[in-house]
Amino acid sequence: MSDAVHAHEDHGHHAHPSGIMRWLTTTNHKDIGTLYLWFSLIMLFSAGSMALMIRAELFQPGLQLTQPDFFNQLTTMHGLIMIFGVIMPAFSGFANWQVPLMLGAPDMAFPRMNNWAFWILPVAAILLLSSFVLPGGAVAGGWTMYPPLYIQGGISYDLTILAVHIMGLSSIMGSINIITTILNMRAPGLTLMKMPLFVWTWLITAYLLIATMPVLAGAVTMLLTDRNFGTHFFNAAGGGDPVMFQHIFWFFAHPEVYILILPAFGIVSQVIPTFSRKPLFGYASMVYATASIAILSFIVWAHHMFTVGMPVAAQLFFMLSTMLIAVPTGVKVFNWTATMWKGSLTFETPMLFAIAFVCLFTIGGFSGLVLAIAPVDIQLHDTYYVVAHFHYVLVSGALFSIFAGIYYWLPKWTGHMYDERLGKWHFWLSVIGMNIVFFPMHFLGLAGMPRRIPDYSLQFTEFNQIATVGAFMFGFSQLIFLVVVLKAIRGGVKAPAQVWEGAEGLEWTVPSPAPYHTFVTAPVVK
Amino acid sequence: MKSTWRWTSGTAVGLLTQPALAEYGYNLQQPASQVAHDVFQLHNLIMLVCAGIFVVVFGAMFYALIKHRKSAGHPAAHFHENTTVEIIWTVIPFIILMGMAYPAAKVVIDMKDTSNPDLTIKVTGYQWKWGYDYLNEDISFYSTLATPRAQITGAAPKGENYLLEVDEPVVVPVGKRVRMLITANDVLHAWWVPALGAKQDAIPGFIRDIWFKADAVGTYRGQCVELCGKDHGFMPIVVEVVSQADYEAWVAGKKSAAKRAEADNTREFSVAELVERGQKVYESNCAACHQADGKGLAGSFPAISGSKVATGPIADHIALVLNGRPGTAMAAFAKQLSDADIAAVVTYQRNAWDNKTGDRVQPADIASARGGAKVAAASAAQ
Repeated sequence: MSDAVHAHEDHGHHAHPSGIMRWLTTTNHKDIGTLYLWFSLIMLFSAGSMALMIRAELFQPGLQLTQPDFFNQLTTMHGLIMIFGVIMPAFSGFANWQVPLMLGAPDMAFPRMNNWAFWILPVAAILLLSSFVLPGGAVAGGWTMYPPLYIQGGISYDLTILAVHIMGLSSIMGSINIITTILNMRAPGLTLMKMPLFVWTWLITAYLLIATMPVLAGAVTMLLTDRNFGTHFFNAAGGGDPVMFQHIFWFFAHPEVYILILPAFGIVSQVIPTFSRKPLFGYASMVYATASIAILSFIVWAHHMFTVGMPVAAQLFFMLSTMLIAVPTGVKVFNWTATMWKGSLTFETPMLFAIAFVCLFTIGGFSGLVLAIAPVDIQLHDTYYVVAHFHYVLVSGALFSIFAGIYYWLPKWTGHMYDERLGKWHFWLSVIGMNIVFFPMHFLGLAGMPRRIPDYSLQFTEFNQIATVGAFMFGFSQLIFLVVVLKAIRGGVKAPAQVWEGAEGLEWTVPSPAPYHTFVTAPVVK
Repeated sequence: MKSTWRWTSGTAVGLLTQPALAEYGYNLQQPASQVAHDVFQLHNLIMLVCAGIFVVVFGAMFYALIKHRKSAGHPAAHFHENTTVEIIWTVIPFIILMGMAYPAAKVVIDMKDTSNPDLTIKVTGYQWKWGYDYLNEDISFYSTLATPRAQITGAAPKGENYLLEVDEPVVVPVGKRVRMLITANDVLHAWWVPALGAKQDAIPGFIRDIWFKADAVGTYRGQCVELCGKDHGFMPIVVEVVSQADYEAWVAGKKSAAKRAEADNTREFSVAELVERGQKVYESNCAACHQADGKGLAGSFPAISGSKVATGPIADHIALVLNGRPGTAMAAFAKQLSDADIAAVVTYQRNAWDNKTGDRVQPADIASARGGAKVAAASAAQ
């Protein structure tokens, strides 16, 4: 495998632009990975500051800082940007950096398409964010875009539809690239069942994206024509049905929540074995569990719609199929626990985030099970319980795994060790802050506080105040993360090729930082 | 048994929070109907199972985190699969889940059975209020937020039922099966009273139904739970559960009020009467968007003060109020308000703020603007 290292000596033969043009025209998977990750971080701070405005307004009952209309704009944009601008691009960044490195491939299969897939994203982000200054403000109809409310809005609603189209296009191009790379560019000897689990989870995620993004595109196109061209897909007065939108939307959006979590499973499955100094327990069942979750995700969408008034048979079907997802998800949690069992554990920052991921994601999983029970879901639907549930899954799930992955691979990317002390501060403040924000929301939901309201009745005050304090703690501790990343880029202790004692995989055979071109001669895996 | 469940799950979650919050609820609201009781018990059962699994799995994990540390000198083992345990921990969760699904399915089937009601009420969601029609009694009214604007903006101290109070509550008899037919007029809403275990999305153009049977006399409060635009947070629901005798008295009172309102539709009013009445109508129907000062919200809701509509031809103004403006949040009020109320609110708008037109509109003008259509059921509220 030492052939791999020769790659960076070829470096000089390829003249590539420097300065801004290097980044605009780059077809290098590492540059594009970096671009995705920076884009995601900028979006995290923008959508995060919207979250802080929301929490500030909700610090006490009454309207203090925002008017209801602006409040709805904040919640809608916070959701859209966190999903399409933060989590998905961050995972694409990981895929770009790591998939070729882990497969022993010199680059992605379609480097030029890779460039496109990234550069249309900022365009979509500008379309979305600029709508705050348009007449009527940004979209205020919720990230789920339900008609008929979505038919009422102004020009920014059309811009949002366009932005969603562009982001979907970006995801599909990225997925085609990832699938082709994984299936065709593995190093000799690297069979599918020997691939690192992160690569497996991305392969399955990419198929989910290709299957569902066109569905979303169809749904928003129908919205667009309902809004502008007199069609009545979702208007009962014209023979349409508003609930049909929800069926189509959730047929996309339920697999989408697994798009947001499967790569997280992959990252955590790389990190935990490394710091346990033990191979991943149950590799094969991890692969099968991931695939089962992906397949099941297509037959459970209507559990988001138990209150629309489905027939009994449909409710029972969607309740049972949803509960089934707990089985493969449980298998994953058990496997991670078994990986740590009788290991030789150390607790560097990536491991801390991975352990927090397992514990807190499981809390999100349990509340997901509670919500799967249709009669209970009907009580809790559209309350803060749901907000608590999906933030446990997406903040302590997706986001924490992203942090784990960045700390884990940052020495490989930058060539420098990150500041472990600051990393630990970032971890502890984040994990404590995150729980203070979202745990009380379970109680708010149980007590009957609807979600998406700018003002609430008095009995909800204390838990909201606690949540707001936690939100500011969680939000501001992300500045530490920014400092850690910048410090590692600027310098620090030189990282060796094998950064972590227990890490296995091709990426640890190349020097740190990973040279601009790697694996020009394919390594052989035995 | 019931109280044991509650105690156990309450304790489990209580450990994670401060004792100072003891008076706050950690579980669903106190149930007041059969369905709500069932849901409460289901929730406790699931929480208990989850808590058990949590303790077992994370007990094992934290044991490993403490005992199997490198710094404690623990060497790494090398096992990485065991088919037997993997099969066991696939099958056991499956069996546990089926154990939960059985009671849940029974509740689903019960919740969906809306047959044989004692009373049927049609609920309509509007931006932003609720309309109620008692199908057997010929009673119709609208229910809007009763909390004064000053409390919301912080200009006045907040009352006990801040944002959970309405001008006209739904009144139902205790111990009777009440069937609610739920629909919406403009966008999606959702009708929810937690203590009664009743929640249903309101979908324009479609009717869905739910049922509840209240256990005890009392006031039960809820809110709209589907994002329905700007004032989504300001459309509460109040259900007054009363004895059969009180219910019958209420029905009689409503009917005589409806007769009086009907009479108003054929009366002549003075400008002062119209303006006074119109201001009330304006505040409960128009002020949320167009604001109490008639200036609207720039970019979203047009001003009425000094507007072309409110100072231009009266007929256009009346037509706009009656028919709304399709594709915007401006609703058609033809069915929501009586002739007298529309006459009053139009008169008020044309004389308030900068609009000193001196115009006066009578209920008869509205009746003719409706094109001779049947006069809408009078709003018993006014």
